[in-house]
Amino acid sequence: MTMEAMSTVNRGSSLRRDLRLFFVGGLISYRALFNWLHPKIYIPTMLGSPLFQILFFTNLGRFSGVETDSFFVVGNAVQVCAMSSIYGMTMTIANERYFGTLSSLLATPANRFALFLGRAMPPIANGMLVSAFGFAVGIAFLDFRPPASSFGALAVIVLVTVVSCTALGMLLGSIGLRARDVFFASNLMYFLTLLLCGTNVPLETLPGWMQAIGRSLPLTHGIDAARSVAGGAALGDVSGLIRTEFLIGGAYALGAYVLFRVFEIEGRRRASLEAL
Amino acid sequence: MTNQSTALTPRRVARVIARCWAIQLKSLTRSGFFLLVTVLQPIIFASIAFFMFRAGGQAPTLLYAALGAGLMGIWSATLFGSGGIIQWERWQGTLELLVAAPAPFVLVLFPATLATSSMGVYSIAATLAWGRLFFDIPLELAHPLLFAVAIPVTVLGLGLLGLVLASTFILYRNANALANLLEYPVWLATGLLVPLSLLPDWVGPIAYALAPTWGIRAIRESALGGDPLFAIGMTAVLGLSYLIIAAFSIRHFERQARERAALSLA
Repeated sequence: MTMEAMSTVNRGSSLRRDLRLFFVGGLISYRALFNWLHPKIYIPTMLGSPLFQILFFTNLGRFSGVETDSFFVVGNAVQVCAMSSIYGMTMTIANERYFGTLSSLLATPANRFALFLGRAMPPIANGMLVSAFGFAVGIAFLDFRPPASSFGALAVIVLVTVVSCTALGMLLGSIGLRARDVFFASNLMYFLTLLLCGTNVPLETLPGWMQAIGRSLPLTHGIDAARSVAGGAALGDVSGLIRTEFLIGGAYALGAYVLFRVFEIEGRRRASLEAL
Repeated sequence: MTNQSTALTPRRVARVIARCWAIQLKSLTRSGFFLLVTVLQPIIFASIAFFMFRAGGQAPTLLYAALGAGLMGIWSATLFGSGGIIQWERWQGTLELLVAAPAPFVLVLFPATLATSSMGVYSIAATLAWGRLFFDIPLELAHPLLFAVAIPVTVLGLGLLGLVLASTFILYRNANALANLLEYPVWLATGLLVPLSLLPDWVGPIAYALAPTWGIRAIRESALGGDPLFAIGMTAVLGLSYLIIAAFSIRHFERQARERAALSLA
């Protein structure tokens, strides 16, 4: 076999390894590190809590007279994906350190990019499921009736938003490789998205600095796009918002990966990978 | 030989309660999670309510929202603290020691759950201060003395409700999941931000059996005007009934756990 042929074979097997790491590794790490996977925890936390969150804010909206029910149903149905995207993603990265497996993981020659990104797939799938459940809650209990033609566009918007929000979760997870209590940050971020991302408060009624923060966070543009589509707009009408949401997510994912690598290198240098 | 009697005198009971309360409170004030739940989370929810009420123009005063958001913080602290207390003791390996101690377990558990609801006083203080500083909410109380009574009675009522929660969670391993589930429904059903009149009729009987319903009524009527005495009394009566329920429930679950030798496993 020539050197060139051997190199091609190596490249092929390396790609297979990376793909396997991406899909299988991501799934296994999710099963191992996501604390809320058991139905006894998943149902009350990932479905029960979003159900009552949507009912709470919709009723608060009725009382304050600020917007229609569908404003709150759509805002919260999209935002509840953060239950998976922020909490799930943070756990899936940061728990390596809490469970004492981080050193073993980083001692392997595994492709870091595949290892890192693979962990995002299950939270994305789960986030889609939680958001879909949120919309179902609106339809079942709050008389939310989006046009049937909007379902496909809503699915696309929710997918982009969940990806973007998962990137924020990745960033928090990466910080968790170094920070003492990353779950404080992920809880805080979840609550802040209720305030700053136009989930419950129309963005234009917030002070300018809050609007600026909100516009730089995932969810904001996705929620805006979802509201337009649920109100009858076509997917093409909100393509700018979707693109912005995707780019924001990309920026957070890049930041997360850079932090992951920096903290890995720093952790090795200072022998502080598992210092809590 | 000295008398080593372990009989419970009122003085000993008071000492157990005071010591357990103080230790638990110290421990909670050093927890980042409880800082979030009792200070930051209520401030965020108060801000949401302030902006919504201002934008909508239909709702009552912002002080109404500040007090509601503060009590939401007390409930969250009670729920997560009391719901998780058995689990934390179990994780630390101290549950068996507490159950085996000469003091009845209910006497050990009560001050611990009271400490969690006491943490919620931070919530009221935080939302009132936040509203005053950033939203210019005037802090003029209609009945300052009754307000000063309503707050501790509400904290006590919620602490005793926390005792019922803690007692029912003895045999439940995933208390945190239940706590996650119960936060929003109680906020909603007890009228902390949304009046009960906007909710379906069947919510009423549930709401009236929960101390936060009467607690927020007592606090609001003492702050905004009205007659808070009945609500203060109802909070106290409900608290007493929670204590009776919890005492039976703790004895029952404790015996079950001992019989199955599953205290640390459940």
